[in-house]
Amino acid sequence: MKYVIFTVSLLINAALVYVLGTREVLPIPLGEFLSVQEGIWQNAESADHDFSENVALKDLNGEVNVYLDERLVPHIFAEDENDAYYVQGFLHAKFRLWQMEFQTFAAAGRLSEFVGDKAIQFDRNQRRMGMVYAAESALYAMEQDDSTKAALDAYTKGVNAYISTLDKADLPIEYKLLGYMPEKWSNFKSALFTKQMTYTLAGYDKDFEYTHALKLLGEENFQLLYPEIADSLYPVIAKGTPYTQPLAELVPPANADSVYFKRNDTIHIAQEFKPNPSNGSNNWAVSGSRTQSGKPILSNDPHLSLSLPSIWFEIQLHTKAFNSYGVSFPGLPGVVIGFNDSIAFGFTNAGRDVKDYYEIKFKDASKSAYWFNGEWKNAEQRIENIKVKGSNNLLDTVAYTVFGPVMYDKSFKNELTAEKAYALRWVAHDTSNILKMWLLLNRAKNYDDYHHAIGYFNVPGQNMIFASHSGDFALWQQAAFPLRWKGQGLFVMPGYDSSYMWKGFIPKEENPHAVNPTSGYVSSANQRPADSTYPYFIPGSYEVYRAITINKKLDGMVNITADDMKALQNNNYNVFAELARPLLSKYVHRDQLNADESKYLQIVESWNLQNDPNEKGVTAFHAWWDSLYNNIFMDDLHQTSQPLVRPEKFVLLEALTKDSAFRFIDNRNTAQQEDLAMQVTSALKKATIKLNELASADKLEWAKFKNTTVYHLLKISTLPFARAGIMNGGGNGIVNATQHDHGPSWRMVIEITQPIRAFAVYPGGQSGNPGSKFYDNFIDTWAKGEYYTLFYMHKEDVNADQVKWKMSFNPVL
Amino acid sequence: MKFLASVIISALLSYALGLFLPWWSVMIVGLLVGYFIPQKRFFSLLAVFLGVSFFWGLFAFYISNANDHILASRVAELVIKKNYPILLMLTTALIGGISAGMAAFTGRSLAILLKKQ
Repeated sequence: MKYVIFTVSLLINAALVYVLGTREVLPIPLGEFLSVQEGIWQNAESADHDFSENVALKDLNGEVNVYLDERLVPHIFAEDENDAYYVQGFLHAKFRLWQMEFQTFAAAGRLSEFVGDKAIQFDRNQRRMGMVYAAESALYAMEQDDSTKAALDAYTKGVNAYISTLDKADLPIEYKLLGYMPEKWSNFKSALFTKQMTYTLAGYDKDFEYTHALKLLGEENFQLLYPEIADSLYPVIAKGTPYTQPLAELVPPANADSVYFKRNDTIHIAQEFKPNPSNGSNNWAVSGSRTQSGKPILSNDPHLSLSLPSIWFEIQLHTKAFNSYGVSFPGLPGVVIGFNDSIAFGFTNAGRDVKDYYEIKFKDASKSAYWFNGEWKNAEQRIENIKVKGSNNLLDTVAYTVFGPVMYDKSFKNELTAEKAYALRWVAHDTSNILKMWLLLNRAKNYDDYHHAIGYFNVPGQNMIFASHSGDFALWQQAAFPLRWKGQGLFVMPGYDSSYMWKGFIPKEENPHAVNPTSGYVSSANQRPADSTYPYFIPGSYEVYRAITINKKLDGMVNITADDMKALQNNNYNVFAELARPLLSKYVHRDQLNADESKYLQIVESWNLQNDPNEKGVTAFHAWWDSLYNNIFMDDLHQTSQPLVRPEKFVLLEALTKDSAFRFIDNRNTAQQEDLAMQVTSALKKATIKLNELASADKLEWAKFKNTTVYHLLKISTLPFARAGIMNGGGNGIVNATQHDHGPSWRMVIEITQPIRAFAVYPGGQSGNPGSKFYDNFIDTWAKGEYYTLFYMHKEDVNADQVKWKMSFNPVL
Repeated sequence: MKFLASVIISALLSYALGLFLPWWSVMIVGLLVGYFIPQKRFFSLLAVFLGVSFFWGLFAFYISNANDHILASRVAELVIKKNYPILLMLTTALIGGISAGMAAFTGRSLAILLKKQ
């Protein structure tokens, strides 16, 4: 009996170790996870935690002091700039380590290593897109340049100095949840981060969808649904600006009509992953001649997926050479959007297409040769080794051609037409040292410095805005943009003929720009950079409506103050609805509506056109418009099972405004001939069903419908780490671009007076720790459209009230 | 007396071992206390269970209280799908206590086994 009792109890013990200490039975090992001395309780940061400490660092050149203010923004004071980057690396790791590593794991296609086989397709997609290859090119370029290499080396040392202090109890909670340990940081990881950012901002493509659409619709209808330029375009560079004409006109290859524009075979590719096409931004800078202070004001708000931890980390770098303040990317040294004593700088996405596909014919299944210019050309083979948690490594062979990696072939996403393969030509693969631009902008003093700095930037194309204390203001759309003949790269191109390759790049000096224009301001909002007189073919994904609101507002402003600029960033005016509502009102058959339908018509017609949180009109308007859009287009687009891109909303609005007999109005699936009035009326009836459902769930008010949510980076699986139900306004096409989980990720208004007056906010907090009160403490301020006054610190401020903690970094003796 | 001593010793010892050993050090505590302090097996289990539960539960509460229960609210919702920090603390206490208590039972059983031979 004693033996039995002992044996049974021993077995129970073993079972407890197995159940509570491994992930085999429960998804998390509760023993380790809840242990008070090493588990999650150690992540519960005391509300009055003292962040002051002394740290000894190897290879530091001198003493570095970091003053943390009440919002936990570090103000780094170092003599030597590389020391500043060293400590920046340390602080990024201290507050954001898991995020930094997660983002670079995602970039490198390594998520399967800790989430298992559910990420295999994602990882393969990243690898086959050439993300690692692109990061290697970037690293090469960055390390060729001495000052960039020194900055990166220092930054990497800082990250690793912090990692080496960690024991299990100190690990960020996500490591404890997922069960892995951080690796050493490297310059290569910083390079990977730049490529993840590039993918986010210049990774959107629609070549396959356009190819399908062209085949389905024919050339004329394709032009109607996917026009190059919106009638209502308010370009970045004002209409009427003269452009230098290129020396020679680019013409398509002689056979383009038959093998490119009118191809009639079928492509079967389903692209599973795409960056969010809403990734964009607003920026504008107004001249001192229009401001109350007489000095320029620069404003910028980048729109990205809203996430916790935030993509941004606020920081000040004070060195002998410069004193910059703004937001940084955890993963890179320097300030990315911000200002210094003399200038301010910011960015919006250019949205230009810099990503094309070429159809490749391999000699055989070994993928070692492909047909090019009349002969078999050798393809390099790159073997991607994907580690998968809980299973064997997966080896994936990717062929590299003269264009770039063959992303899709028989083994990936192309099972139906196995003999066809598609290579990717993407500017992100080319060597370029984009970090150098930021390192130079941090220390730029005037327009010439800015202009020199942005010349280093190749991808992702940006509208780079600038203003200086001396009064200059400028905007350049800058990057390496391919030179294309008209129509080149809209569709999948033949890969056997070098005449379809890009013809180089548009000379950088001919990229659209405005320097001190007489209008007294420059602005951009992801719209097409120039009107049709710009002499190059520049396809892309462009927004139309935010720019209209911004430009109209700026045109009418005088004596501008920082408060005016804040109000503009939070402007909820719906210019699209202003243009579209009259159309709905005009065509709806009022006599055919029931009581509910009439009620929603009345709500839409009495709406003040503001996407304010409590407005029901905006919800009703969009439900109605979306129904109309579906009524008109979906019968036509659903004729094929191939993926297509939805025509932009401006396309329908402008078509109907010009022509009430627009050829797509009729529903091809019904016997009768629908006209616009019938479609508008039927759309309201359909919308009413949806709106009644929303009303019964109390979701008719815009903010309740939109339910603004800042997700944790692990999305729905860590929903308790998110902030949901934020009641704010805005929307797609609105200056306040806040959608459900996407929007202004940093709002900044800089008045370049002396001293500088700076205001900003982002929807997150400085700490990446869900157990810290600094995790999401800016969100409420952000949601209300309010700003923090930034503490731009100088040497004499070390005893200022704002300084709450001090960290001292000293060289190891 | 032995019972109370077992409670106190297991609480203190699990804190000490936990400073440099992983969470399963509470099982070592249980084995040791169970083996060396003679009492009925069930009392051994109960004493160590109480000692380690008190330590884990109170330590978790102490940490969480200073944190205004920010972390515990989030993790409670994640793990037990209820936004009750106190439930997470009780779970913590229970898990520490059961692991250590069962080990104490085993330790005592081993002692009984060896002694009678």
